[in-house]
Amino acid sequence: MLDFALKVSVALLSVAIVLNLYRVAIGPSLPDRILALDTMYVNSIALIVLFGIWLGHRTYFEAALLIAMLGFVSTVAVCKYLLRGDIIE
Amino acid sequence: MIALYTLMEGVIAFFLIAGSIFALIGSLGLARMKDFYMRLHGPSKISTLGVGCVLLASIAYFSLLESGPSLQELLITIFLFITAPVSAHLLSKSALHQKLERDPRTRGNPEELQEDDDERTLEETPQGSSKLP
Repeated sequence: MLDFALKVSVALLSVAIVLNLYRVAIGPSLPDRILALDTMYVNSIALIVLFGIWLGHRTYFEAALLIAMLGFVSTVAVCKYLLRGDIIE
Repeated sequence: MIALYTLMEGVIAFFLIAGSIFALIGSLGLARMKDFYMRLHGPSKISTLGVGCVLLASIAYFSLLESGPSLQELLITIFLFITAPVSAHLLSKSALHQKLERDPRTRGNPEELQEDDDERTLEETPQGSSKLP
């Protein structure tokens, strides 16, 4: 049952990431693209955690934590750049 | 003992499927909705919930595998639940700063988007009829 659930959820999350890529490609404005990239890193965290469950390893937990921190920092940095025209004033 | 394993397998499978369906719904909202202020809803709420469900499943799986509580995934969950509102707030502020177009059905009239209306009313006001003392 767990194997089947893992396969189904990997498929659903891949469809979700493809939808995010679609929004990155056509997004009419810059905040749309930032929002799509933000959602994409959140979905990729879920995908990496699923991969860790699949292999039964704890190694992938650190990768997920790193992606979470760097994704948040980069989103905030690009938003500050859009708001102020500069990142560190 | 075998009954416990079967029950926990069902619980983990349920959380996995629920989390990925939530993430898919959030991304579908991001891809399908009309303007930016609508699109902000899906990822900032539903996708965070989906990842939270997947991480709960991971906590349950590794706690069962190593026969002890493993709460490291809780770190990612707490971090995501703290940072998702912050990034959504910054994104909406930058969208308001850029004065993005919005659908006429989007409600609300924030200050940042009202400047054009104020200028028009100032121009339309005839000279000398100001109500100010």
